[in-house]
Amino acid sequence: MEYKPIRKVVSGNYAAAYAALHSRVQVVAAYPITPQTSIIEKIAEFIANGETDIQYVPVESEHSAMAACIGASATGARAFTATSAQGLALMHEMLHWASGARLPIVMVDVNRAMAPPWSVWDDQTDSLAQRDTGWMQFYAENNQEVYDGVIMAFKVAETVNLPAMVIESAFILSHTYDVVEMIPQELVDEFLPPRKPLYDLADFEREPFSVGSLATPADYYEFRYKIQKAMEEAKKVIKEVGREFGERFGRDYSQMIETYRTDDADFVFMGMGSLMGTVKQAVDILRQEGYKVGAAKVRWFRPFPKEELYELAKNVDGIAVLDRNYSFGMEGILFTEAKGALYNTDAKPLMKNYIVGLGGRDFTVNDVRKIAENMNAVIEKGELDVEVDWYHLKR
Amino acid sequence: MSLNTLFGEKKAEAKKIVFTSVDQYPEAPISLGTTLSNFTGDWRTFIPVVNEDKCVKCYICWKFCPEPAIYIKPDGYVAVDYDYCKGCGICANECPTKAITMEKEEK
Ligand code: SF4
Ligand code: SF4
Repeated sequence: MEYKPIRKVVSGNYAAAYAALHSRVQVVAAYPITPQTSIIEKIAEFIANGETDIQYVPVESEHSAMAACIGASATGARAFTATSAQGLALMHEMLHWASGARLPIVMVDVNRAMAPPWSVWDDQTDSLAQRDTGWMQFYAENNQEVYDGVIMAFKVAETVNLPAMVIESAFILSHTYDVVEMIPQELVDEFLPPRKPLYDLADFEREPFSVGSLATPADYYEFRYKIQKAMEEAKKVIKEVGREFGERFGRDYSQMIETYRTDDADFVFMGMGSLMGTVKQAVDILRQEGYKVGAAKVRWFRPFPKEELYELAKNVDGIAVLDRNYSFGMEGILFTEAKGALYNTDAKPLMKNYIVGLGGRDFTVNDVRKIAENMNAVIEKGELDVEVDWYHLKR
Repeated sequence: MSLNTLFGEKKAEAKKIVFTSVDQYPEAPISLGTTLSNFTGDWRTFIPVVNEDKCVKCYICWKFCPEPAIYIKPDGYVAVDYDYCKGCGICANECPTKAITMEKEEK
């Protein structure tokens, strides 16, 4: 069957819901939280309209939502959920459970600032605070990437048997309408065949067994190593799946770090998610003005694309890391990761951290220009003014 | 009188699975069968030792052992199945004649 996309004007959240539907998820367990709610509302609507026979489990909390997904996934089902901020934090314990039991659940997290003070706006600290839970993390730049990301995340997750988070920005994507090219169901089915689980708790033919029971100090260590091996394997799988997606549907995702006009760049802006759309637009303008700049969008934060970062870093004088998140007592989280990944290499670009857009503070092309001017001066001088720049701070 | 424990009777088939290389482990942490292959006695520090001179065959220890890891031998005295004994010391505590002492295990 020839690929002819179905174009729909949808919000980022509806793109996520359609992607879950087209991925033929079997179980959805979820609890509402702004700005995620319209994802699970849309899925409930699909069910009410008789478009799907997804088993929908309305639960009393996000912790239970993830617990129900874990139960479903352990019986071999394809399970999906969505959440934001405090809801994701409440799931934290269960997130470790999902990866430890090697269950390829896919979840959309709509990035929302952590309270207090209360905020419903965009901020990446919620998802990045789950860095060490053993979940893969894909950051979407636009609604199309939300849709594509969910479908690819299932394929990657089910290949390496680890859960994956697809992350989109509050309101900037979640509630903003844009054209999304959707894939006809038969072609999604060809790309994403039914799951082949590692084990099936509902298989009553085999000897009874338990999942996740005790491992003494003699055995626990090896299971941790296997998760890391699966993450390493995921890097290869992500590239293959991203390439296959491109060949079938015209949008290539084989780069874990999408590079934009970086080939001859003096310095690059690096960041994740929707703010990188703004950065790319700014790069085009800055290029016309004579700045040799590029953009590096980190699509996959876990597993972290160390090797791709090195290839980029060895050819530039500087990297301006834009963090819409913060690790208190240290610095922006992507900044820490990027510096750490390069420490034992011969790539030593000047690296400066700009803290931008926390709690949905507007981040515009003009901001990118100001950062470019500052970064340019830093590189010319050959030393940092400050390492971590609270760029928007009212002084 | 036959008051043997389950493990006492089944012991002949029991064989502990020991992994010596990471590749032998299952990919996910799932159990590989029953306690016949998963011995649970390797995390203790102290082991109970029975002194038959003091034992009056009351079987209170047999009744209280939570595993159960105490079985009754054909001669009527009790013995400990060290493959499953977790070293909790309940048997020694309950024994009315102090016939069981907890001793540090050398590994
Ligand atoms: S120490 Fe505990 S487990 Fe071992 S035989 Fe005594 S009561 Fe049973
Ligand atoms: S409780 Fe003491 S006396 Fe009674 S059977 Fe056990 S070891 Fe013997």
